[in-house]
Amino acid sequence: MSRIDEAFATLRAEARVGLVAYVTAGDPDRERSAEVLRAVDRGGADVIEVGVPFSDPLADGPVIQRASERALRAGMTLSGVLDLVGEVRHELRAPIVLFTYANPVVRMGVDAFASRAAAAGVDGVLVLDLPLEEARETRDVFVEAGLDPIFLVSPTTTPERIALADALGRGFLYVISRLGVTGARATVAEGAGELAARVRASARLPIALGFGLSQPDHVKAVGAFADAAVVGSALVDRIATSGRDELARDVEQYVRWLTGRAEGADA
Amino acid sequence: MTADVVTSPGGRPADRRPVRPRARFGHRDPDARGYFGPFGGRFVPETLMAPMIELEAAYVAARQDQAFGDEFERVLREYVGRPTPLFEARGLSADTGLRVFLKREDLAHTGAHKINNALGQALLAVRMGKRRIVAETGAGQHGVATATVCALLGLECVVYMGVDDMARQSLNVFRMRLLGAKVVGVDSGSRTLKDAINEAMREWVATVADTHYLLGSALGPHPYPLMVREFQSVIGVEARAQILNETGRLPDAVVACVGGGSNAMGIFDAFVDDTSVQLIGVEAGGEAIIDGRHAARFAGGQPGVLQGTRTFVLQDEAGNIQATHSVSAGLDYAAVGPEHAWLRSLGRTGYGYATDDEALDAFEWVARTEGILPALESSHAIAHLHGLALELEAGSIVIVNLSGRGDKDVQSAAAALKARGRDVMEGQ
Repeated sequence: MSRIDEAFATLRAEARVGLVAYVTAGDPDRERSAEVLRAVDRGGADVIEVGVPFSDPLADGPVIQRASERALRAGMTLSGVLDLVGEVRHELRAPIVLFTYANPVVRMGVDAFASRAAAAGVDGVLVLDLPLEEARETRDVFVEAGLDPIFLVSPTTTPERIALADALGRGFLYVISRLGVTGARATVAEGAGELAARVRASARLPIALGFGLSQPDHVKAVGAFADAAVVGSALVDRIATSGRDELARDVEQYVRWLTGRAEGADA
Repeated sequence: MTADVVTSPGGRPADRRPVRPRARFGHRDPDARGYFGPFGGRFVPETLMAPMIELEAAYVAARQDQAFGDEFERVLREYVGRPTPLFEARGLSADTGLRVFLKREDLAHTGAHKINNALGQALLAVRMGKRRIVAETGAGQHGVATATVCALLGLECVVYMGVDDMARQSLNVFRMRLLGAKVVGVDSGSRTLKDAINEAMREWVATVADTHYLLGSALGPHPYPLMVREFQSVIGVEARAQILNETGRLPDAVVACVGGGSNAMGIFDAFVDDTSVQLIGVEAGGEAIIDGRHAARFAGGQPGVLQGTRTFVLQDEAGNIQATHSVSAGLDYAAVGPEHAWLRSLGRTGYGYATDDEALDAFEWVARTEGILPALESSHAIAHLHGLALELEAGSIVIVNLSGRGDKDVQSAAAALKARGRDVMEGQ
């Protein structure tokens, strides 16, 4: 049982909705990024998604694009992300999923990447622009190295593809609840529940549902039909607007507020 | 010319069949996953997979449909003005000792080869019931072509363009807006073609239900590289028939500039099986082959994945995409079409590059020698004639794809020439 499997087993045992929190590694710089990871963990995230900054993040909206640019300017690379995870892993409770575009992994070499990621204590990997058809070999390399391959399901995914993602994936399925790029919205997507039900019908893996979530109400609402809610852009935006001295505290409070365990966070 | 009795080297009278603007479909398909050898594929976020599969199926059905092919041919003839001429450039020939022919894509409606693909995809979009088009543009020629066919077919049109490119191709921005398109400036990343593609894909991922993404080069995820090459293959079909009509034999070399590579694939395609014909692509050498100062992917890139396809990509050691530079906006791009990478790996095509300076010299050379203003993109291909003159025997027949006209470039060329101490505005 992987650390990700354990996290979802705990959620089921405690009968609560999980929080998957996304941050871009190296944003705003390497040192503060390590503080952010610790703060997200202290705040109670059940899974931490660590974004690898990339020059051309074509699935991301402006908030995560800018985080990527800040991290790249501060010198972050895929190799640097793996070092960063290796450094903080032992301090964190939550499993870590790397969230990356294909090219940095291709450039490093899939085998080299997988062994370094596993050694650093990465638990799962989601390659955004590697759909099922392209991911077969990569997926096997990941599984061999002990990494859970995480796949995306979107509103346009057919039942056959959901079943294939379920068969090839491990850990959980990341269900994106709306068409378009990443970015916070005011409400949970219409049709999210229906989409989650469609995924449930064809899949055995737990479901984390995201795209546009930013508030505890959203997380709670998602809990009605999914195992966990993903919050990304809203958290990244919090990191971008926090003052240097308040960063770790703000992030921890915001994450705790999202989990529904804290009252009256300054959101 | 028409009064000459032309015979082939073997003494056989030249074939003088009328040239039809007919594209080649189904001659060299990638594998089922969209790969040309190890290059190509479909590297897109999951949301775009269903639309890609739908687009592929619609395209394959359309190209098998005689009515679709006939309609494409009719509009190419009556609206685009095809076939475009193959012009024997006697001045360039005299200067190089070669026998140089220019394939006059600059004379196609809107002034570049881009209209061939824009028309084909727009007809496909109509067939698919999509009434809205998004597109990216670098030099603006694809944007203008797309805006034009959208006006013709009554489709809504949104064009993404890097703000740096909008500045250096302001004439084309004005043309697109006159044609009723909405032009959206992109100021992320390098503010050029690559970033315009990112933004167009971001918009498409949110609007796939009613919108077709009309990608302008032989790039991106399958089926785009195949589809764009096939819509552009009309260039080579015509050129091959025209050179046989004119000279009675195949050319020794065919030269084209390569940004994404659609004009090059378009003219190469008909000659790929003619192994005696050298196929030469010319990339943008920019200022020099120094990181960030050029766009010659085969000279400075490695295999990688960018914007949906595995191909040669200019990138740093961490796999981030490098900045590029070229005096020509249409060649200023960090990746090359996957089929080019494949044909090169097979040794079927070869690639060189021309620097900004060489392209500007060629721009002036063609203007003064032939009375033609070539696009700065096409000027890169022209510049390669000097190298070919040293390699090939005198009198060798060379076709250069004059992929577009240079009217759009006069302001930036004047500035670039002035910076080099040649002030065209002051006169001599």
